[in-house]
Amino acid sequence: MLQSILFILISATAAWFAFKGFYRIRRNIMLGKPEKATGNPSLRWKNTFLVALGQQKMFKNWLPAFLHLFLYVAFVITQVELIEIFVDGIFGTHRFFAPFLGGFYTFVISTIEILSVLAFVATLIFLSRRNVWKVARFQKPELKGFPFRDANYILLAEIVLIIGIFCMNGGDKALQLRGLEHYHPTGAFAVSSWLGPSLFGALDTPVVIGIERFGWWLHILTVFGFLVYLPYSKHLHIILAFPSTWYARLTEKGEMANMPEVQKEVRIMMGLDTPDANASGDLPEFGANDVFSLPWQQVLQAYSCTECGRCTAACPANLTGKKLSPRKIMMDVRDRADEIGKNLDSGSQTLESYNDGKSLFDYITPEELHACTTCNACVEACPVLINPLDIILQLRRHEILTQSAGPNEWLPMFNAIENNGAAWAMSAERDSWKH
Amino acid sequence: MNVKTIAEYQAEGKSPEIVFWVGCAGSFDARAQKITRALCEILEYAGVEFAILGNEERCTGDPARRAGNEFLFQMTAAMNIETLNLYGVKKIVTACPHCFNTLKNEYPALGGHYELVHHTQLINSLIEEGKLKMKESGTFKGQRITYHDSCYLGRANDVYEAPRALLEALDVDLVEMKRSRKNGLCCGAGGAQMWKEDEPGDKRINLERVEEALSVEPGVIVANCPFCITMLQDGLKAKEKNELIPVYDLSEMILSNLK
Repeated sequence: MLQSILFILISATAAWFAFKGFYRIRRNIMLGKPEKATGNPSLRWKNTFLVALGQQKMFKNWLPAFLHLFLYVAFVITQVELIEIFVDGIFGTHRFFAPFLGGFYTFVISTIEILSVLAFVATLIFLSRRNVWKVARFQKPELKGFPFRDANYILLAEIVLIIGIFCMNGGDKALQLRGLEHYHPTGAFAVSSWLGPSLFGALDTPVVIGIERFGWWLHILTVFGFLVYLPYSKHLHIILAFPSTWYARLTEKGEMANMPEVQKEVRIMMGLDTPDANASGDLPEFGANDVFSLPWQQVLQAYSCTECGRCTAACPANLTGKKLSPRKIMMDVRDRADEIGKNLDSGSQTLESYNDGKSLFDYITPEELHACTTCNACVEACPVLINPLDIILQLRRHEILTQSAGPNEWLPMFNAIENNGAAWAMSAERDSWKH
Repeated sequence: MNVKTIAEYQAEGKSPEIVFWVGCAGSFDARAQKITRALCEILEYAGVEFAILGNEERCTGDPARRAGNEFLFQMTAAMNIETLNLYGVKKIVTACPHCFNTLKNEYPALGGHYELVHHTQLINSLIEEGKLKMKESGTFKGQRITYHDSCYLGRANDVYEAPRALLEALDVDLVEMKRSRKNGLCCGAGGAQMWKEDEPGDKRINLERVEEALSVEPGVIVANCPFCITMLQDGLKAKEKNELIPVYDLSEMILSNLK
């Protein structure tokens, strides 16, 4: 009874904090510019199904792909066990589903156990890749500090979770062997049937009961902690990868989005179009300089980024030592959205008249933007269809069109196109190659 | 070389099958002009009726747009679309993947709808149609050659097979670099980098690419883009290998292999 009350109180508290956290993320994402994701739902569902659920793009590199798959499948399947933990937690029952499901119950729990072992191995390898072998893409400057710790927290939580599962199941199996009525038979679990008795078989019954309860609580408390922590973590990708892949752009990678307002302006200037009767005289800001001027789908992508750094590892600018890192671009957009969100929450700013004197250009320097070759390697590399290039190009547009800045070296090219119709200032005829 | 403009075709009351979009590099860059002439010779050999726009062609606006100068892009694009639509152009071939990408993917939103083929695709279909007869044992037969995927033909537009089919037709010994096709490494010129110095770093991108190419020990490096060719040649020069290893466009190799 006491345990039930405690369980319900903790669940409700965790749910409240998680709700607040996720609500805040949703609000931050919606700081972006309203833009419709248009058309082709069948292809969008296909993308979500293959890329997010099926992890298709992870399999470019099979080792991390399989390790990640173990963690992912273990995580998803373990949620089945959570249903029972909730039932038991609220009603004070013990392994409520076991008598009803019989052999199927044994099968499900055994599957969870095998996957948990695989996930355990994967987690150890992942920790080593980050902390011992120091894989290059985890050592970049943008990962210093919290992002580096964040990744380790999540991996350590995974280990704690797995310890919880095996204390719970192993303790249970050891107690079942002693014929205690409360610990009714559940069939032979794949791992804890031998792990439980061999670890806990020699201990006194009250100690083993304690271990079983400890495992049960450790499991559920880790899950609650994870849920509440998630909105503060790069690990949000486990949820946001789904909407993010659904909303990902479907056009050829080479295509840059048109700017109809500029198109209209230019056509009027050239006498190809007439101004709208009710058009306002002042020009809007062009390109993007802040989260408010990026389409919300791109802010969603920023929150979906799990900082794996495959983009940065593939970026020709980054791997030749330039400052540009596509991963940092995504992290900067997210951090700026977080900053705006905090100012809104503290009441120091309002959404209607937001002005904290800062913009994305306080996070991203022109040097980074100017290093991009628009080669799309980052876009190709992202396992969840994030497009850092779109953001870079919108910032470049803002730099050139609104700030009238940008590399001076581009001016002769601009002038040549405007005055000569060619990307270089040439005095020769365009067909002089014929002679 | 007798290549007619579309205006000349129209004066004769005729219209060509296809327009050859030469592009700025193909028009003015000495190295790329050779590719322009090679493609013209191939089209003549195959009996394709084609026209150029001559002085009525302008930069597609690719570097301006990628630099962020949308006004300039819209201006030059609108002028090109006016010209192309005036002549009723339906099909365009280009030897430049940047022109290809802009004309194919970005002009439709501005009212310019054309069927686009990259010259490697067109040459490939001419071979398949039997219009280009290849020598039994050509210059490149059995030669160890590596192929550099340009970003704008490759990742940007998913064209990987047509250029490789040409290499197969040439019967070369193709050795792929580790980073190829979808994972191909940029030459360093895209996104208007061609018109500026690199940002501070450890190395130039074209050097990284050329080192990778050299690691597979090719006799020839082949590309499909005038900007890639410039960058690769510059990289080879920095490595003092430019006298030993030529960089060719696929059209040049095909031309030298025609019967």
